Amino acid sequence: MMKLNVNGSDRQVDADPDTPLLYVLRNDLELNAAKFGCGLGQCGSCTVIVDGKAVLSCVTPVVLLEGRKVTTLEGLGTIEAPAPIQRAFIEEQAAQCGYCIAGMMMRAQALLQRNSKPTEAEIRAELGLHLCRCGTHMRILRAVHRAAKLMQTADASPAERRTP
Amino acid sequence: MASPRMIGGIVAIAVIAGAVAAAAIAWRPAIAVIEPPAPQSFDSALVKRGRDLADIGNCNDCHTVRGAKDFAGGLGVPTPFGIIYSSNITPDPETGIGRWSEAAFRRAMQSGVDRDGRHLYPTFPYDHFTHVSDEDDRALYAYLMTRRPVHAPARDNQLSFPFNQRLVVAGWKLLFLRPGSYQPDLTKSTEWNRGAYLVEGLAHCGACHTPRNALGAERTRAAFAGGDVDDWHAYAINGQSPAPVPWDADALFMYLRQGWHPDHGVARGPMAQVVRNLSDVPESDVRAIATYIADVFGVPAPDRKRRGDDLLARAASRPAQPPSGGSGNAGGEALYAAACASCHGGERAPPYGGIDLALSSAISGPDARNAANTVLMGIRPREGERGPIMPGFADSMTDQQIAALLTYLRASFSHQPPWTDTAEIVRNARDTPADASKRDRP
Amino acid sequence: MNAVVLNRRSVLAGSGALIVSFSLRDALAQDQGAPAATPPPPPPPGSLKGAPYLDSWIRIDADGAITVFTGKAEIGQGFRTACQQIAAEELDVPFASLKLVTADTARTANEGYTSGSNSMKDSGTAVQHAAAQVRALLIAEAARRLALPADSLKTDNAAVMAPDGRRLGYGELVAGEMLHVQAQARSTLKDPAAYRVMGQSVPRVDIPAKVSGGAAYVQDMRLPGMLHARVVRPPGYGAELTACDTSAVEKMPGVVKIVRDGNFLAVVAAKEYQAVKAMQALSATAQWRETAKLPKQDNLPEMLTSLPARDEIIFQQSNPSAAAARTIEATYTRPYQAHGSIGPSCAVAQLAGDTMTVWSHTQGVYPDRQGIAEMLRVPPARVRVIHVEGSGCYGHNGADDAACDAALIARALPGVPVRVQWMREQEHAWEPFGPAMVTKMKASLDSNGAIVDWSFDVWSNTHSTRPGGAGSMLAAQHMAQPFAQPAPRPIPQPEGGGDRNAIPIYKFPNAKVVHHFIPEMPLRVSAMRGLGAYHNVFSMESFMDELAMLAGADPVEFRLKHLDDKRGRDAIEKAAREFGWQKGHKAPPDRGYGFAFARYKNLAAYCAIASEVEVNRQTGRPRLVRAVAAVDSGQVVNPDGLINQIEGAIVQSMSWTLYESVGFDDKRITSIDWQTYPILRFDAVPERVDVHVINRPGQPFLGSGETGQGPAAASIANAIADATGKRLRDLPLTRKRIKDAIDA
Repeated sequence: MMKLNVNGSDRQVDADPDTPLLYVLRNDLELNAAKFGCGLGQCGSCTVIVDGKAVLSCVTPVVLLEGRKVTTLEGLGTIEAPAPIQRAFIEEQAAQCGYCIAGMMMRAQALLQRNSKPTEAEIRAELGLHLCRCGTHMRILRAVHRAAKLMQTADASPAERRTP
Repeated sequence: MASPRMIGGIVAIAVIAGAVAAAAIAWRPAIAVIEPPAPQSFDSALVKRGRDLADIGNCNDCHTVRGAKDFAGGLGVPTPFGIIYSSNITPDPETGIGRWSEAAFRRAMQSGVDRDGRHLYPTFPYDHFTHVSDEDDRALYAYLMTRRPVHAPARDNQLSFPFNQRLVVAGWKLLFLRPGSYQPDLTKSTEWNRGAYLVEGLAHCGACHTPRNALGAERTRAAFAGGDVDDWHAYAINGQSPAPVPWDADALFMYLRQGWHPDHGVARGPMAQVVRNLSDVPESDVRAIATYIADVFGVPAPDRKRRGDDLLARAASRPAQPPSGGSGNAGGEALYAAACASCHGGERAPPYGGIDLALSSAISGPDARNAANTVLMGIRPREGERGPIMPGFADSMTDQQIAALLTYLRASFSHQPPWTDTAEIVRNARDTPADASKRDRP
Repeated sequence: MNAVVLNRRSVLAGSGALIVSFSLRDALAQDQGAPAATPPPPPPPGSLKGAPYLDSWIRIDADGAITVFTGKAEIGQGFRTACQQIAAEELDVPFASLKLVTADTARTANEGYTSGSNSMKDSGTAVQHAAAQVRALLIAEAARRLALPADSLKTDNAAVMAPDGRRLGYGELVAGEMLHVQAQARSTLKDPAAYRVMGQSVPRVDIPAKVSGGAAYVQDMRLPGMLHARVVRPPGYGAELTACDTSAVEKMPGVVKIVRDGNFLAVVAAKEYQAVKAMQALSATAQWRETAKLPKQDNLPEMLTSLPARDEIIFQQSNPSAAAARTIEATYTRPYQAHGSIGPSCAVAQLAGDTMTVWSHTQGVYPDRQGIAEMLRVPPARVRVIHVEGSGCYGHNGADDAACDAALIARALPGVPVRVQWMREQEHAWEPFGPAMVTKMKASLDSNGAIVDWSFDVWSNTHSTRPGGAGSMLAAQHMAQPFAQPAPRPIPQPEGGGDRNAIPIYKFPNAKVVHHFIPEMPLRVSAMRGLGAYHNVFSMESFMDELAMLAGADPVEFRLKHLDDKRGRDAIEKAAREFGWQKGHKAPPDRGYGFAFARYKNLAAYCAIASEVEVNRQTGRPRLVRAVAAVDSGQVVNPDGLINQIEGAIVQSMSWTLYESVGFDDKRITSIDWQTYPILRFDAVPERVDVHVINRPGQPFLGSGETGQGPAAASIANAIADATGKRLRDLPLTRKRIKDAIDA
């Protein structure tokens, strides 16, 4: 058994230390957002935030996460009380099949937490590890810009202030 | 007996004579400006040849800043004496070399003097480029003069006194520059000579792979015995090579041409741009380089070869069991098993999976820098090109974890004595990221 | 638009009348001694033809809850939302009040595959008419109860309203089998001018869950007692499992079962990562005899055109009086390309009692059911396939095979839900690819610079090996008693497979189009977004530019000169205008402009695209700077949804066109992950993509999911040619190829 701090709560999980965080999130903790896209660290669909940094959960064994804070998309907000990044992606309708989107959003969230006014070039560089097969890239970029604006305005929802 | 006044006078004359001599040595005339030649005036075959030579010379690497215009300069190269910024070698008339004649260009390549007569810092490796033939200089000139002119004024070098005095460079040249074109070795094959010409000249491999003395010059007696560039170590590529499997010409060719080799690893750091450039030049040139460098490596001693063959045989059977790290490093062993083994010991061999670390020069090299850089940053995907992708662990592992992991890797995957100061190397690598993306080109 | 007013009585009376009229006619005919050819009544529109009962599509409960059923699936294209909009509009109910049930063999009509850009045309149309007819029936019933004329009644907010304010909710009106009637051929549809929800960019109903960690995909399913399975796939096509020592793997933690049936090998474990590790261990002990002999990758076009082919002239037109002045010819090639779904295929199956239920992201729940039933040797009624979203499939990817895997494994564990997840390498190596193709064109201009003859030959495998039968699916092919792969067949015109969009929409005095159908498939192939249209439009529209250059004509003007389809002309003119296309314009240094146009299948949506590309002359690197598209898809249901699809098509097609080719050696597929099959990343994404929608109110829906692929490819190719002065004809147009062309 090991203790993981996920979305602000300590959770006990029964997983071998070499288990990638992705499987623990999805199966032991039943969190859907982080996705299995490749399991090889090549596509970004599994991205979550660990101590404020974006991390590929499919190549991060849980043994590395003792005493660290893990945040998934579920920890940022809900449909009823969406975080700025979630609002932005909904308002821009930045999804087609949507499978890559959660990973994109977590990477963007980590970026915006350390750089509140990223340039287009900085956003593109940051998302360089992420693949989108449907071709939703233009909207994803617009959504990240929009989220940056939302985070700067008074509209920022309470969820956002709960900075992981 | 000489009076103090006489002695003073003699000393003064000696000093003045010395200064005049130094100035005479140091002073170079300016070469007259010319009207920027029209691009159409250059023969297209010559331009193409020049482009291949520029790729071999890796010109775009130093003379282009990532995200900026090709050849417009501005890249800061850190040296022990300060930061030197590469110059604009586009044919821009005001800020580039647009008004340079071919003679001025040739003089820069052969003697390290710019059109105005000023000495260039040897960060521009004219101690190698001096070997380039006039004919090849002509082709390079044609290539550069047909690039897109970019208005980009030079950045001021950040050098402290006395290094910011060009006179000092004159002195350096006196000591260390051996101007002159390449002299073939008639006892060797044409291909070897071609390789030697390229390596010692344009490709300037020794500029990274040869250790330097306190004045920043290559130690010619330790040629190819290893050097440092940015925060990476350029391995010894002579008989002191730390590679677990000895290199041969075929392996070198494959590595230089495609950027990786299953028995050796992936070109990373500053070498990544070199192999990218070499993937585009004529194959015969890369073969020639490989032939010459293979000779530089030399024929391995029989027991070294045998050890290499053993390692290859063991690496061939995948998946592999992670080796036990011995006592005291259960942490490192667990980290390897959890984070690395699935790729580096799994069923997928290169190019799909990670190299068996027993074959990796990084693990057997003299210090942990290259391994630390790779663990932290991984290997980024390249636009539209097949190539390795490795995740970086900077954000998922702490310094302590990476240090423990590297210690385990060194103990389990090499026959070399343990590294010292691994922890400090990891800390430095993280703090001053040897950002490969800085050198990444579209 | 239509004249028939329906009420319940007249529906029944009508059919009665029809019956009566039939027998009268026959009687008359017999009297006269000559058989009368009575035309059958026209079928109801869209998929109503195959499922004519209205309650197959719309169900209204006594409490007023309304459920809409469609046999198509949401595959990320926004169909669910658009379909709900259509139903809400024609039923006059609030959009959010509707529940929509998609493809499920137990609940929805059989609409075949969600493919071919046919969902709006087939299912959207069916739902539109079914909803309209249901509304008419409800009004008729209200009229009866209120003793008022039907045309005095209105509907709004799920109720019928009388002028005097009386109101009857739909739930109150519905009774018994009221909706169990067959649809009529014609309906009274709402006037588009009165649309409140159709034609609006209603936000997609599925996106909120996708951005908040809601359960949205088959990958998110967790059933009680569910176990995790992984398949050990062979190293290559036709490989035989000669030995496999399962004893050690059986003892691994969590392992519940190993399923081996001939060359089919899988392991089931309690936890997912246990299954992954067991799969890796099992794979290490498995020994295979490899039998595949794959062709040479760099010799593909020659290999393809040398295989035996069935030649069919699919179009011919002749006008001998046209005089040719100058002739050019060109050959264009396309390699195998992969769907490359971001989420590798996944399925869940459970054998409960004697019913096998499979949850799958297949595009065709009914054909899959048929195939799985055949494999399990049970009647189809004992298999139920339910569509649950996966990641974008862009055609026939591994979804059906994963469903088949899950069913086979679930049969070995009765009662237990089994989840099969493919690995990245398995999806890349085993998905059926978009086929390699070769096109050869030859055309002549007359002295006025008009095209007077045109010949187009296309070589291709089939573009569909979709299940229907078990033999189309990997597990069934690999079992000890395998099912044979059915012989491949071409998809007939006007849809076409390899010959999709091979017939030009332009008008030429002389034209001949030949489809060389190649049955032999060295690599596994099937339908990929656009099918043959991607390469055929790429070739044709590139060649049009080659001819325009020969004629000294502007590419846009040249196309208009040969096109009389009015809506096509509108799309071309719109794209050109919005782009700022000027006749004779020159792009800035190192840049080029390109234009292309096609009507998907010559019967679906129109798409014209103008693009600006920059080429780095040092490296050859192409960069799409901006693209401007115009699309006409008839009556637009959700404009933003349509724009999203076209943007996506352009960006995806750009990736195919500039980067993608399946890699293989003489035995195996070698492009098995994103290292070895690179696709577009953010550093190459264009600066702008603008899509302009030409709405055609009241016009039939035209499928738009695939219309962008071909024009995007050709537009980019034409821009590269404009930028470099070199014409590249072999896909993908890689940096290296462009550089070599510039150097040559």
